[in-house]
Amino acid sequence: MKLPVTMTINGQKSSHDVEPRLLLVHYIREVVGLTGTHVGCDTSQCGACTITLNGQAVKSCTMFAVQAEGAKITTIEGMAKNGELHPIQQGFWEKHGLQCGFCTPGMIMTVVQILERYPKPTEEQIRHQLEGNLCRCTGYHNIVKAIQWAAEHMPAKKK
Amino acid sequence: MATVTQERLFGKSVKRREDPRFITGRGTYVDDLRLPGMTYAAFVRSPHAHARIKKIDVSAALKRPGVVAVFTGKDMVGVNSLPCGWDLRKAKNVPGVMQDLAIVPHMPLASDAARHVGDPVAVVIADSQAAAVDAAEKVRVDWEPLPSVTATDKATQGGAPAIHADAPSNVAFKWEIGDRVATDAAFKGAAVTVKKRIVNQRLVANAMEPRACVARYDEATGELTLWVTSQNPHVHRLLMCAFVLGIPEHKVRVIAPDVGGGFGSKIFLYNEEVVCSWLSRRLKRPVRWTSSRSEAYLTDAHGRDHVTHAELALSRDGKILGLRVKTTANLGAYLSTFAPAVPTFLYGTLLNGVYTIGAIHCEVTGVFTNTTAVDAYRGAGRPEACYVLERMVDAGARAVGMDVVELRKKNFIPKFSGAHQTLVAVVYDSGDYGAAFDKLLHMLDYRKFRAEQEAARKQGRLLGIGFSTYIEACSIAPSKLVGALGAGAGLYESGKVRVHPTGMVTVYTGSHSHGQGHETTFAQLVAGELQIPMEQVEVVHGDTGLIPFGMGTYGSRSASVGGTALLMSVNKVKEKAKKIAAHLLEAAATDIEYQNGQFQVRGAPGKAVPFGTVALTAYIPHNYPEGLEPGLEETSFYDPSNFCFPFGAHACIVEVEADTGKVKILRYLAVDDVGNVINPMIVDGMVHGGIAQGVGQALWEGAVYDDASGQLVTGTMMDYALPKADSLPFYETDRTVTPTPVNPLGIKGAGETGTIAATPAVVNAVVDALAALGVDHIEAMPLTPERVWKTIQASKAKR
Repeated sequence: MKLPVTMTINGQKSSHDVEPRLLLVHYIREVVGLTGTHVGCDTSQCGACTITLNGQAVKSCTMFAVQAEGAKITTIEGMAKNGELHPIQQGFWEKHGLQCGFCTPGMIMTVVQILERYPKPTEEQIRHQLEGNLCRCTGYHNIVKAIQWAAEHMPAKKK
Repeated sequence: MATVTQERLFGKSVKRREDPRFITGRGTYVDDLRLPGMTYAAFVRSPHAHARIKKIDVSAALKRPGVVAVFTGKDMVGVNSLPCGWDLRKAKNVPGVMQDLAIVPHMPLASDAARHVGDPVAVVIADSQAAAVDAAEKVRVDWEPLPSVTATDKATQGGAPAIHADAPSNVAFKWEIGDRVATDAAFKGAAVTVKKRIVNQRLVANAMEPRACVARYDEATGELTLWVTSQNPHVHRLLMCAFVLGIPEHKVRVIAPDVGGGFGSKIFLYNEEVVCSWLSRRLKRPVRWTSSRSEAYLTDAHGRDHVTHAELALSRDGKILGLRVKTTANLGAYLSTFAPAVPTFLYGTLLNGVYTIGAIHCEVTGVFTNTTAVDAYRGAGRPEACYVLERMVDAGARAVGMDVVELRKKNFIPKFSGAHQTLVAVVYDSGDYGAAFDKLLHMLDYRKFRAEQEAARKQGRLLGIGFSTYIEACSIAPSKLVGALGAGAGLYESGKVRVHPTGMVTVYTGSHSHGQGHETTFAQLVAGELQIPMEQVEVVHGDTGLIPFGMGTYGSRSASVGGTALLMSVNKVKEKAKKIAAHLLEAAATDIEYQNGQFQVRGAPGKAVPFGTVALTAYIPHNYPEGLEPGLEETSFYDPSNFCFPFGAHACIVEVEADTGKVKILRYLAVDDVGNVINPMIVDGMVHGGIAQGVGQALWEGAVYDDASGQLVTGTMMDYALPKADSLPFYETDRTVTPTPVNPLGIKGAGETGTIAATPAVVNAVVDALAALGVDHIEAMPLTPERVWKTIQASKAKR
């Protein structure tokens, strides 16, 4: 049995018939073909599959694709606009916030929400908010620096 | 005219050129590949730690929708055991062997018995991943469960079940290094001796990208392409073709594209990639397999797992007179690719540390158990050696009543360059151990900390400091030497420099980057040497179809060994280019010098041709030296004359909550000496990551087997505690620079220092914090609140 599902991913409408058991992350990777969102574990610990869904950072392995009906999703591929990197992406580059790059897309998507919550985050806030994203390469040092850099370079929010 | 780089690239923190694709989600990892006609493999694995396979019934699985085929080990006719690449046998004249290595079979799919939970026994191939997994559940295996043993120190005990017919008492080998007689004598005359049992627990590498492979056989050409998460694609190809499948090496192309971390676990040849390659040839369709994280815990080679009894002999005034080490090393159920080397030649040879020691003897027994195979994990043997020694040095200091800093300083090998013969075979290259330690103590303000600690104790707060003055062996390794020690491979590296007609350059390295940033550092190195902008240099790695035969990346060898191979090729390119330039300038080649990106006549800077013109001339050789071959491309293989020995000093300051046993890291400081550094930003990053892994072992990580059932209890990221951002501080790092005389770059290697140094520094710090409560040793890690709390309670009970 397949069910129809429609959502908007990075501004583009996406409609497919999928098995109800298909996880959102597998939908994004295997059906839509956006492979920047990664799978690093089976138990929703690693955060490599983090996307934003209706503005919230979500581990896309924790949802079925059919649960995202009508949702607005941004994946890592939707972060740069017109060839220009988002300040969070730029921060990771400037501060060497990645090594193997596998956790990076999920990290960046999580940071979108961290900076929404805390536009000027303290080190402690950053570290606490990163608790759901694992990195095995960097020891987090430069990821925290990258987020601090991004916070300083985010454009001011329009009121 | 070629642009001239004014800046010196070597030593500059250039931003990484690989980052744009990773931060935009455009990396290409193995699981990202999509091929037409793709099929998907799912493995049927043993749920038992040890069980005889009576029968496997695949009929129900074959009836499932979407299933293409199901195979068991019996179907894989003509396929051989996965090889062990390190042979510890007396007949091979391998030094130190007391009992020959038992070389036991390790079939890609087990058909007689399963020897650990997760051992693969059948494979299902279907037209979707979900269909394959569904059908795998329908494969019926008739198991006869057998008794199992998982604990390192129980493997050889009477009553333990025999795991392999060819390994009586489950002993894989016995090996020794050092001087037993001299060590016994040193202990006899010593005023102070300390003895400790030290457990270095089993770890799982946990690269964030799970292992994966895609095999595609092309019937028309007879070529097999294997994309695989590998740190060394040529090693994978050689082992798989020559030893396991018996297929022609030149018809196989192994590609390791973007690889999401390795830490050793992606060095080895595994069952799954062999099976998928075999399947693709058999089915004539592409086959993909991606490990789930649960499968990764069960099948990625684990690390460490030593139980050691160590003794240190000292004089009354704190001179180290002798070290005696007896280690049992758990190898798991099978011999992984380089497993026998790790607890022997990568362990015993590092027990001299940075100290002058009177005598050393070390004995190692490798044992089989019903657990996942153990092999190299970041540091591989060297962290285990450093851990034993640095813990014993602290224990020794306490036994003689000396400050741990003073005892270290008293015993350091004095500064030297060229050669220092240790008591455990290896010859150090260059070192100034006191200098790194002094720098660390200065950063730390040691005296001030001790005063703070004293004040805190008065308030009932437990602060502690731990040190680790480590050494390690990198730049792996001289082929002739490792061959004499049992290696089945040479450990040189290859590097090719291709100058294109327009003066653009492509560099091909046998090293492999899975996070190390080679595309940046090697471009820096080559562009700097050729005095051209970095943008003119592209780095290619990880594809046996493109690069010369190379040994890959592990053992902190890429910059030192791989970089030197590239330097040799650059120098050959320059030599040839000088001949071409000399011809164009009508001068003698010996009079040509290379300055600012131009070949010029010495003493006449006006007479010059730029690099690009020489490159073009090499490919359009109309006006060209007689007898010189056209083209400008050179390949080199560099085989180092010795290991390199990075060293340094790390310190950790912790606070322990006496009521809960919780350990908090207040400061972590590191002074590393890795020789010369191409890109400080990248080296710092590797030091950070290494520290986090070392701290992880000390405080949180550990692969735990249930003794009775042989089940891996820590089989997911929910159960295996990986370091997280909120439990780690910013690290305070610095360097001293003692270039190695071994290679012309003066680079020692930087990939493993943090992992090696951090673990003992943290544990020493916790023991120091608990010293006020009478604790003088903690036997096992990780130092979870439970373990620390129990240690405190036990100490209270004794008083």
